[in-house]
Amino acid sequence: MILAKVVASVVSTEKDPHYVGKKILAVQPIDPSGSPRGRTILAVDGVQAGIGDLVLVVDEGGSARTVIGDEGALTVRTAICGIVDRVDMEEDA
Amino acid sequence: MKLGKVIGRVVSTHKMECLNGLKLLLVQPIDEKGGAAGSPLVAFDAAKAGEGDLVMFEAGKEAAQANPNGWFNPADAAILGVVDAVNRAGGE
Repeated sequence: MILAKVVASVVSTEKDPHYVGKKILAVQPIDPSGSPRGRTILAVDGVQAGIGDLVLVVDEGGSARTVIGDEGALTVRTAICGIVDRVDMEEDA
Repeated sequence: MKLGKVIGRVVSTHKMECLNGLKLLLVQPIDEKGGAAGSPLVAFDAAKAGEGDLVMFEAGKEAAQANPNGWFNPADAAILGVVDAVNRAGGE
């Protein structure tokens, strides 16, 4: 899983049937201190996350399909599986 | 998935049979603000996209699953949706 921040919601009408009825959010991967790391990716929301939330994201198909509860959604690879309340780190980490 | 913009079309006559009938489009990956993010790639179209469209695409083994010609095919990128709007915090 990776830590990420939700930066936008994406609206699409014409899309693959496996994505119909699912909320798609753009997430920016971040490091534990909160700095952006790499490119934004689109993820299916499994936990009612919203813009600005710090979230846990799985970027692997089998896990993502489990998160959204649809094992038949074979084109889905990335999903949000948790909303992060807090990240505790050692001071010198 | 990732956001991208369709910047061209790729025509191929001699190709693997399982790619027959698929529209191949050139996609420039972009970030949520519209800036380019990485190098353009070729993806097949599973969402009736066209040149200039903002799209979402999947790269990796999941892309092949969108191929209507069966699951055993060499596609590694597929356009899975045409994006109508990207809503960012602050209403931009």
